[in-house]
Amino acid sequence: MRTVSDLPAGVERREIGGQERLATRGEPVYGEPTDGEWRAWDPTRSKLGAMLDLEMDVGLEGGETVLYLGAASGTTVSHVADFAGPTYAVEFAARPARDLLSVAEPRPRLFPLLKDARKPATYAHVVESGIDAIVQDVATRGQARVALENRQFLADDGRLLLAVKARSEDVTRDPGDVFADVRAELEDGYEVLETRRLDEYHVDHLGIVARPR
Amino acid sequence: MTDTEAKGWFAAADRDDEAELVAAVRDGDASEPRDWPRLAIEAGFVDDEAEYYDALHEVTTAATSAVVTERERADDRQLVHAVRAMDDCRRTANELAERLAEWAGTIDEDAETGVEYARDLAGRTPDPGEERVVSLAARVAALADEAEDLEAFVERETPSIAPNLAALAGPTLAARLISLSGGLEKLAKQPSGTIQVLGAEDALFAHLRGQAPSPKHGIIYTHEAVRGTRPEDRGSAARALAGKLAIAARIDHYSGDYRPELEAELADRIETIQARASDDGGEDGE
Repeated sequence: MRTVSDLPAGVERREIGGQERLATRGEPVYGEPTDGEWRAWDPTRSKLGAMLDLEMDVGLEGGETVLYLGAASGTTVSHVADFAGPTYAVEFAARPARDLLSVAEPRPRLFPLLKDARKPATYAHVVESGIDAIVQDVATRGQARVALENRQFLADDGRLLLAVKARSEDVTRDPGDVFADVRAELEDGYEVLETRRLDEYHVDHLGIVARPR
Repeated sequence: MTDTEAKGWFAAADRDDEAELVAAVRDGDASEPRDWPRLAIEAGFVDDEAEYYDALHEVTTAATSAVVTERERADDRQLVHAVRAMDDCRRTANELAERLAEWAGTIDEDAETGVEYARDLAGRTPDPGEERVVSLAARVAALADEAEDLEAFVERETPSIAPNLAALAGPTLAARLISLSGGLEKLAKQPSGTIQVLGAEDALFAHLRGQAPSPKHGIIYTHEAVRGTRPEDRGSAARALAGKLAIAARIDHYSGDYRPELEAELADRIETIQARASDDGGEDGE
């Protein structure tokens, strides 16, 4: 069942390498298959890619201002910057940030920041207020807390697109219980609009779409 | 919420003072975000939004690049040298302390062996004829101090170079493993079976010559997970630990982000292995 209209402008399902795949237009980053200027967005390597591929309603139309927390080496961020507007990419570890820099180089509206997503004050002087969407994929304990502390950046009608990694919170507990806790904590500052397990692509991950309350 | 209004990264300097702007992005902060693009235009920093974002891209890229370079300079080579120097200082201090004890025994009835005695002796005002002994004692004490400073350096630096390995093994053991294999990249390419016996090369080669049983563990013996396990299960514990250390080294080298779940997984596994002692059934860890 194709619901192409639900994808943000600039993201399409295209035939690449004999397979229908999500794709965006931009400079290739990690040796992904391309078709002309389109490059495949691999949902197994990207939680946001998985959320889009599984047809979650992420509320993105294209051109949004995005704050991306946990950019790592920039695999997903590169696709976001392809279809979104100004994109702030926060990553704490130096080694992946080196790769992130080469992703940012040909993308003039991608702003790499070597900062700790748990300490928003260290980048609030750079990241603007009224952000349209926060994409969060940080492998740390306290993922709900990170989302709550960064809520100050989000516009009132903005969206939080969160990929929760159960094993970062507590490896020994049942992922379902971990997700329930994260969701409950999130309700302090957000209204959860949709959740979906991403297990097809990422084991023990939950995709959450929420908006500030 | 605050009485002073939050200031943006561009407030500190002119548009063409890149060094100052980069420093502001790196080290600045604000209590809350504001509509920076609009404020920058109002402040006359730039003429329009496009120019603002161009400047922001330039400055954030430069700032990130500067910090990345700085952090990478504190790289694994530095650690390898530091941990080897630490061992050399410690070994030399101990050797000289033995020589000192022998010599000091001829002039001091209460002479003892060891670095502690050397420290005592070094603090003494020498009687005529004792100057050389006391001076040697001071060298021993200074070498032991240097070893301690080097260890503090290793403990401070390892977590930023190999965060997962340091969390799992402790900073000093992590640094030793990196040193024994010749660098983080080389360690990341070792199979876990090799990591398991790093530091037990003599025993391993004796085994390969057919003269000895295979070593169960090398330097990872100093880890609580191995040492705290009863002897008949230490092979299993060493294998489990080496497996996790191999994964940690690969994450540290290839990705660099910290994964707290590794520690929990290891703790879980070791707990299972150590529980065999209390079960004490027929179960055997190979």
